[in-house]
Amino acid sequence: MALSQERLGKYDPQNPQKDRITDLGPRHFWQYFPPVIQRNYGKWAYHDILEPGVMVHVSESGEKVYTVRCGAARFMTVEHVREICDIADKYCDGYVRFTTRNNIEFMVESEEKLEALKKDLASRKFVSGSYKFPIGGTGAGVSNIVHTQGYIHCHTPATDASSMVKAVADELFDYFRGMTLPAKVRVSMACCLNMCGAVHCSDIALLGYHRKPPIIDHDIISQVCEIPLAIAACPVGAISPDKTPDGKKTVKIKQERCMFCGNCYTMCQALPLADKEGDGVTILAGGKISNRISEPKFSKVVVPWLPNNFPRFPEVVQAVKKILEAYAANANKYERLGDWAERIGWEKFFEKCDLPFTEHLIDDYRLAYDTWRTSTQFKFTDKAWEVSKAAGGID
Amino acid sequence: MAFEPKEPQKEIKYQELRIYSDEELNNYTEEELKQFKIKHDIPDVEELEKGPWPSFVADAKREALRRRKLADDRMLIDRDVVEDMLGQLQLSFDDGETHWKHGGIVGVFGYGGGVIGRYSDVPEKFPSITAFHTLRVNQPASKFYNTDFLRSLCDLWEYRGSGLLNMHGSTGDIILLGTTTEQLEPIFYELTHELQQDLGGSGSNLRTPSCCIGKARCEFACIDTQDLCYELTTYYQDELHRPAFPYKFKFKIDGCPNGCVASIARADMSFIGTWRDEIRIDQEAVKAYMAGEIEPNAGAHKGRDWGKFDIQKEVIDLCPAQCMELDNGELKINNQECVRCMHCINVMPRALKPGKDTGVTILCGAKAPILEGAQMSTMIVPFMKAEPPYDNIKEFIEKVWEWWMEEGKNRERLGELIQRFGLPKFLEVVGLPPAPQMVKIPRENPYIFWKEEDVPGGWDRDIKDYRARHKR
Ligand code: HEM
Ligand code: HEM
Ligand code: HEM
Ligand code: HEM
Ligand code: SF4
Ligand code: SF4
Ligand code: SF4
Ligand code: SF4
Repeated sequence: MALSQERLGKYDPQNPQKDRITDLGPRHFWQYFPPVIQRNYGKWAYHDILEPGVMVHVSESGEKVYTVRCGAARFMTVEHVREICDIADKYCDGYVRFTTRNNIEFMVESEEKLEALKKDLASRKFVSGSYKFPIGGTGAGVSNIVHTQGYIHCHTPATDASSMVKAVADELFDYFRGMTLPAKVRVSMACCLNMCGAVHCSDIALLGYHRKPPIIDHDIISQVCEIPLAIAACPVGAISPDKTPDGKKTVKIKQERCMFCGNCYTMCQALPLADKEGDGVTILAGGKISNRISEPKFSKVVVPWLPNNFPRFPEVVQAVKKILEAYAANANKYERLGDWAERIGWEKFFEKCDLPFTEHLIDDYRLAYDTWRTSTQFKFTDKAWEVSKAAGGID
Repeated sequence: MAFEPKEPQKEIKYQELRIYSDEELNNYTEEELKQFKIKHDIPDVEELEKGPWPSFVADAKREALRRRKLADDRMLIDRDVVEDMLGQLQLSFDDGETHWKHGGIVGVFGYGGGVIGRYSDVPEKFPSITAFHTLRVNQPASKFYNTDFLRSLCDLWEYRGSGLLNMHGSTGDIILLGTTTEQLEPIFYELTHELQQDLGGSGSNLRTPSCCIGKARCEFACIDTQDLCYELTTYYQDELHRPAFPYKFKFKIDGCPNGCVASIARADMSFIGTWRDEIRIDQEAVKAYMAGEIEPNAGAHKGRDWGKFDIQKEVIDLCPAQCMELDNGELKINNQECVRCMHCINVMPRALKPGKDTGVTILCGAKAPILEGAQMSTMIVPFMKAEPPYDNIKEFIEKVWEWWMEEGKNRERLGELIQRFGLPKFLEVVGLPPAPQMVKIPRENPYIFWKEEDVPGGWDRDIKDYRARHKR
């Protein structure tokens, strides 16, 4: 049957339970596997990356499937999806796949089709000149930057996501199209601490962060929000009950305790944090998820704050480039960014990346002591001499 | 090997379902697009049309133009939604603050999740996005599609929504961005009846599970990731749609310890494929790698000249367990010592393969920083066979849920609950003995919470007895 076109379709608001179907779950995956994938499921023998973004997987049966991986903005329109479908219909018998990192994968069975597909993809550009389907994102390079909603569609961001990702991806474009790095570098972006994307375990993580405590909307707080819930929401106990001069229930906030997590705003809309001067970007680095060689690890804060300089975030882009270039020039083959930083020592990391080290980078939250150095094993850098001088230890 | 859906699914045929004619689908020219200006002045947003990376702004403008040129009765929400969305983005840049209101409770009847309410806080400037709600559509496992399905979804979403979407959201769903309250039920009706497709999860319930590509196209996969993902998603539909948990709960399934869906960092319960027998070695292929006949790491490093492949330096010395050696040109692995990190297999995929006796390692408790700081998943079950109907896995899941639903505070994730009660308590709940594999190191303090029954004679003592021996 066709999709309905009446205003409410076949749905009857007087009788919402009529013919209702629920709990179907997703459509089954098998029907969407291209035939070559179905035939060789579980039989893949090995794969090779032929060039950046192009892979061949070879089955025990000898069959091959060629995959072309393309970057994409995860925020897209049905027009773009239809164009993806046109390509899939033309070359891939109508099949297409998306990766965890929002890349698009087209699969074909022959080299002739592969060449034609690559040519077609490379030729497609938006009228403004940017590529629609840049090929890359494999091997020792930078894959697509996963990100969150930002100003496009969320109520809590401390920065915008799509624009920052576009600005950074433009600058890192050659790393996406190349495999020149010591190992893969995963860049991720989340526009607030809720982190709707996994950035805390990324090689480079960009995080929107507030720096001003919530403003209290005394007039409405008692109507729109369960005050005890808002109080309980604060992980550092900064919020306590209070009364306005005219006796209305409200809250007060110990501002010096606040660590700007925004959790109170999540629970209570009368406590907004967003602020043009307060909000900005924190950069974390050195995390990973794979168990390869070293264990998965969290990213560490390496730049406490940079301004939200819309739309292209030049300060953020520069900092990311500095880190990436220092890593590219100094790390060993197979060494992830965090492994490199640990091998040379974080003090050397800051020197090599030419990043300032400020008091904000020393943990003073719970269990902070775990991150303090309790040994005499360290390397001397200029930063160390500064301390020695300040202590009167040297001239 | 072939997998079947639980209930037969009808084939989706775009030609039968479609709303728009070919003519309507091609209703603007490249030339018109070049000349096109949206109704708001958006200089900073338009700056993002430049540069090589795909521009979401250039893309959005296509949809804006398309909607301008569609006939009035060919879309059921406002024509200007894309233009207003871009206009509001510019205003957000100007103000350095978002213009989406906090929350708004909307949904489809009977479900506690899958729809997220969204309202503009400047509706007078951008009236068409006054209400602009999100629907999460549960993606097929590992995100393969055919074009019949995608085209049908596009028509539905352009006709009843904004035509804007995320492929995909971080949790894995297709995220449909922007429609009115009125259209939520009709969209749900069409999705379920015509596309046989359900919504995903949001709120305090099971979130849409996701998995890596697995055996469909990865030689490293130790388990049938899609099948396990599909089974858990369909088996736990009630938990997915009707919030009954203290907070969100996520399953993610990786086929091997490489972790392509990041389950260890992002799932309350992470299933990671592994093996318990021996890494399979093809010595001839090892020799071919050593002789430089095959590129190491499937060519992942070929953008730079790293010199000749050196198996000692690049594989054996980097093995975290130091359990490999070359013996007369033969590669030997001491599998008892191997920690299954995947490095050697990644470097020499044609020579080394995971073992054949495969299953999952189950880890619990990852979460993002809200509230008490982020956590990674903790290793709980070293190895479990993972074969349909996965009863052993479901039994484990349900034990965990039962405890979490009983003890968990509002908005307390599993990982935080385990921290609050301690890992030993969690092990007691799931009925597992402790093992050194669960910790990096044994505790460094002796502050053991001894229980009374651990100590001979119990804790009841008489001070008079004590004083009989010790004067005050
Ligand atoms: C109660 C607090 C929270 C609220 C009200 C909230 C709200 C939202 C909203 C409205 C969206 C959808 C954005 C949109 O499509 O328009 C969203 C997406 C999401 N949120 Fe949250 N969020 C909360 C906490 C969190 C936390 C703590 C996490 C992570 C630990 C999280 C992870 C996610 C993820 C993964 C998505 C999907 C994002 C995507 O599609 O890219 N949320 N959240
Ligand atoms: C401030 C920097 C951080 C940012 C921006 C960040 C961001 C994120 C994001 C976006 C997610 C994904 C949430 C989801 O997909 O649902 C996430 C999840 C997670 N983060 Fe972080 N994170 C940060 C710091 C940390 C730290 C310091 C830790 C650990 C000490 C951590 C541990 C985790 C864990 C375990 C998860 C999985 C959570 C889940 O899916 O619920 N993160 N983080
Ligand atoms: C298995 C348990 C422990 C062992 C085997 C142990 C052993 C030792 C040894 C050998 C020393 C060095 C003594 C010296 O140089 O004269 C020492 C010093 C010390 N231990 Fe422990 N210790 C243990 C537990 C603890 C605990 C639980 C605490 C505190 C709660 C503690 C606090 C200290 C302190 C403060 C010192 C330094 C004393 C000083 O300043 O000279 N130890 N311990
Ligand atoms: C809250 C717990 C504890 C308190 C309040 C406490 C208090 C004290 C005090 C008041 C002293 C006497 C110091 C002096 O006058 O020289 C002392 C000594 C000592 N404590 Fe503790 N202590 C505690 C925990 C521990 C623990 C857990 C250990 C080891 C497992 C420990 C080992 C020692 C040792 C070895 C001495 C020195 C005894 C000596 O002088 O020979 N204490 N403690
Ligand atoms: S990371 Fe924060 S601001 Fe960004 S989409 Fe998620 S909840 Fe919203
Ligand atoms: S932002 Fe976080 S720390 Fe600050 S008051 Fe709100 S909940 Fe507390
Ligand atoms: S997690 Fe392992 S099995 Fe799954 S796609 Fe990644 S490498 Fe392959
Ligand atoms: S998988 Fe890792 S630990 Fe095991 S032998 Fe290979 S490199 Fe060593």
